Formats: sequence, structure tokens, C-alpha cells
Amino acid sequence: MTALIETAGLTVRYGGATVLDRVDLSIERGEIVTIVGPNGSGKSTLLRSLLGGVAPSRGTIRRAPGLRIGYVPQRLVLDPTLPITVMRFLGLPRKVPSEARVAALEAAGVPGIGERQMSALSGGQFQRVMLARAILEKPDLLILDEATAGLDQIGAAAFYQRIEGLRTETGCAILMVSHDLHVVMSASDRVICLNGHVCCEGTPEVVAEAPVYRALFGEGTKGTFALYRHKHDHEHDHVAGDACSHGPAKALSAADPHAGRQSEAAE
Amino acid sequence: MILDDFMVRATLAAIGTALAAAPLGCFVVWRRMAYFGDATAHAAILGVALSLALSLPIFAGALVVALIMATTVALLSGRGYAMDTLLGVLAHSALAFGLVAVSFLTTVRIDLMSYLFGDILAVDRTDLGIIWGGAALVIALIAWRWSALLTSTLSPDLARAAGIDPRREQLVLTFALAVVVAVAIKVVGVLLITAMLIIPAATARTFSRTPEAMAVIAAGTGIAAALGGLRLSYDFDTPTGPTIVCVVAVFFCAASIFAALREVVSRRGGAPAD
Repeated sequence: MTALIETAGLTVRYGGATVLDRVDLSIERGEIVTIVGPNGSGKSTLLRSLLGGVAPSRGTIRRAPGLRIGYVPQRLVLDPTLPITVMRFLGLPRKVPSEARVAALEAAGVPGIGERQMSALSGGQFQRVMLARAILEKPDLLILDEATAGLDQIGAAAFYQRIEGLRTETGCAILMVSHDLHVVMSASDRVICLNGHVCCEGTPEVVAEAPVYRALFGEGTKGTFALYRHKHDHEHDHVAGDACSHGPAKALSAADPHAGRQSEAAE
Repeated sequence: MILDDFMVRATLAAIGTALAAAPLGCFVVWRRMAYFGDATAHAAILGVALSLALSLPIFAGALVVALIMATTVALLSGRGYAMDTLLGVLAHSALAFGLVAVSFLTTVRIDLMSYLFGDILAVDRTDLGIIWGGAALVIALIAWRWSALLTSTLSPDLARAAGIDPRREQLVLTFALAVVVAVAIKVVGVLLITAMLIIPAATARTFSRTPEAMAVIAAGTGIAAALGGLRLSYDFDTPTGPTIVCVVAVFFCAASIFAALREVVSRRGGAPAD
């Protein structure tokens, strides 16, 4: 299977500081991959280099030909001098039929706000509009940069559920960065723990057990992680179909925190 | 022939300039490029000096130097300088060097005021052709790149995700700005060009719900100010360029007062709902 996007030895330096150090990353169609890491660990830099906004100092980024990327940035600040309605925003940069835009707002859980100004939206509404816009791009890969910052826990959980539903419906891959460790990890197929370099990588269970992860985030996470996981499974029963990736049947190779890394070696 | 009348030529020149400046001015406002406009416009006076020294058309010299300045600033802006300070330095030193350069030109007697504040009543047919040609070019360019420009303005990362290169769009704006500066020299002069970019757009903001509406209303505001200013300067025998800017400044004040009143009314009306 060919990757949608793949980095090999990606290194980014700002001034003298190495922000990203030989990061190997590969995302396949239909995967939900989460990047976790402390502040300043290079998460946003990694996303921005995948988007093409940061040139690698070394290493390569390879995109599948014709790859369509949907992007939901961390709280976008709009200049107050720029008037724009939600409907107009959804049609940028590509024209989209207005019925599709209305439907996208509905699907994102914010129906009927099309005529409002973007600047008049609450944080939660704004992020949902950003998601609606990203979905309208019909992405192969959806990139979310702390997209739930500013949402409460219920709002964030609903947001991630919507994203998971999207993966099921469209088969797109999802790459996200988040501070909501517990919620995000429970929704992911694969977690990459980043701290300048890739500390560890694997299924959420593997990463949560990894000593490097615990060293970064502490032991305390584990309990809440389990709690959220339970809650999430519970909620999930109400949603049709997609229970496959969340059963407890997943292989727990906790002994090897680097499980799953070897696959990138082959080009 | 109708174009024989200097007032007709002046009116057409003013309308052409206002039309080109309005949509570009919106981007200048949205992207906070006011000083950028100043630096580019002030550099044009250096271009004027150069043109006179080399006996080239004023328009050509102004365009080339404005383009060089605009490109320099655009390239520097990506490198993390303190832009505010840097642009202040560039804008005013370009003006100072330009004025000094003009003073060396003892062989030609020139009226410096006409380049600083415009001399719209002296616009001839060639000037008119250049103004409308430049305006058409700028409008066509911005209309063509509109969505990409708007997306890059909202967020460079959002643009990149959609396959748009924000730096290329920045260069489009840079080029458009240099053209507007070059065509507007005759009409409002290098010192007041930025006013014609910013004030109509800022006035239009109050009445706009979409970016497109803002561009159209800004164009209308600019044209109304140009016509009003031309008329007033004729009646009261005042310098035309500054008079046009005065009129648009009055429009801006009126719009701001209207916006403030509307705010008060909607707050009072909206209070029970809270």
C-alpha cells in the first residue's frame, strides 16, 4: 500500500535550534494518526512542513500525486477588517454549490449559521465551520492542529466522533495534533509521541505504556485514559457500524515501544 | 472631441484611479500593508527623478522603482524582521532620497508639488491611456486571482493546504501595488496614494458583509470621492489631489459615526435577549 504522505529523515532547523530531528512518518489511506508531545516538541512545525509551509533543512517529504488535503488550523484569527459570512468562507478557495455548503454545516452540527459573520461565531461554532470547510474539500488527508482547543470536553468528544464518522464514510486519512491526550488517543489507530524526534509510536495502548511517553506525560494519564476509553466505547454503541478499530482485541505489544516503526524503512 | 476638455480628462483619470485602487486597497487593509503602500509610493519619487534625468516617461521610471521597492519589502517580510520599523525606515528614506535626487536635476525645471500631491488637471490623453490601461490590468489581475488572494489573506496555511502558494499571491499584490502607484502619481501624487488605497476600503468595511461587497463599495466610495473632490477643488480653487482625499476622509468619518450609532442601537435592541 502506498502512503498518502511520507517523510524520510525530515529535519527542520530554525536558527541554531533543531525543531524536528530525522522524523520518519508515513500515513496510509483510512488511518487516524495522532501526534502527541509537550509544548515546543515540534508538532505544529511537523504539520506545517507537511502542508508545505516549512521547508525541510534535510530529508524529504513525498506526497501521493494529486493528494487533496483538508486542514483545520488551531484557532484561526481573522482580521476584523475582513468581513466574511460563513457561507462565503465555505466557498473558498474553490466554488462549492450552496446546497453542499448548507449540508456541510448541518453535518458539522452547526445548521443555520450560514449568514452569520465568521467573527461573530463562538469558539466551538468556528471550529465546526472550519471542519465543514475542510470536508467540502473532499480530502484524502485531513490535518487537524489542536482543532478542539477552546472546546469543552463534551464538545471535543462530539468533534472527534464526527471526525471518526468522516473516516468511515469517506475513507480519508486523518492526522491530528492534540493536547486532549485521552480523548484523542482513544480515537486513534496510531499514536506518535513527538519530542523533536519520534520518541515512540504505535497503537494508543502501546504508546500509553511506553516509558518515554510516561516520562513526558506522567503516570497519571493512564487512569483517565482508561476512563475515557470506556466512555468512548459506550457512546460508540449508538453509532452504526464502525466498532472494528476499538475493540480490546488490538495487539498489546507493550514491551516494544517502537513497534510499528520498521515499516517505514522500505521505500 | 469630448476628451479635449481638461475637466473630462481629469474626471476620467480620477475614476480610473479610484477603480484600480479600491479592490487592491481592500487587500492592503486586510493584510495590514499600509506602510508597505507608503514605502512603495514614496520610492516612486525616486523613479520620477530617474525618469527626468534619463528623459524617460515618468510612468516607466516610477513603475520600475516602485516595483523594486515593493519586491524588496515583500522578500524581507518573510524573514522575520521587525516589519513596522523596517517599513518606516524604507518609506521615509525612499522619500528623502527621492527629493534629494530631484533637487540635483538643475537642467529641468520641475514642479515638485505636482509629483508629491498630483496634478490631475494636467492629465493629457497619453496619461489617460496609461491610467486606464494600468487600472484595467490591476482589476483583471485581482479578479483572476481573487479566491487565491483571499484564501492566502485569511491564512497562509489554509492556502497551502488547498495547493495555493501564498508567496506567489503576495507577489501578485506587490506587482498590482506598483502599477497602482505608477498610474496614480498624476492623479493624487506619491504622498496621498496610500490614502486612496486605504480610506475607501476602510469606509466600505462598515457596510459590507462579504469581501466582494467591500471591494465594490470601496470602488463606489473612491469614485464618489474623486468626483466630489474634483468638483469642490474646481469651485473653491483648491489643489485637486488633496481635496479628493479630504472628501474620502469625510466619508470615512461619516461611516464611522454611522457604525458607532448602529452599535448603540443594536446593543439597546439586543439587551432583552441576553
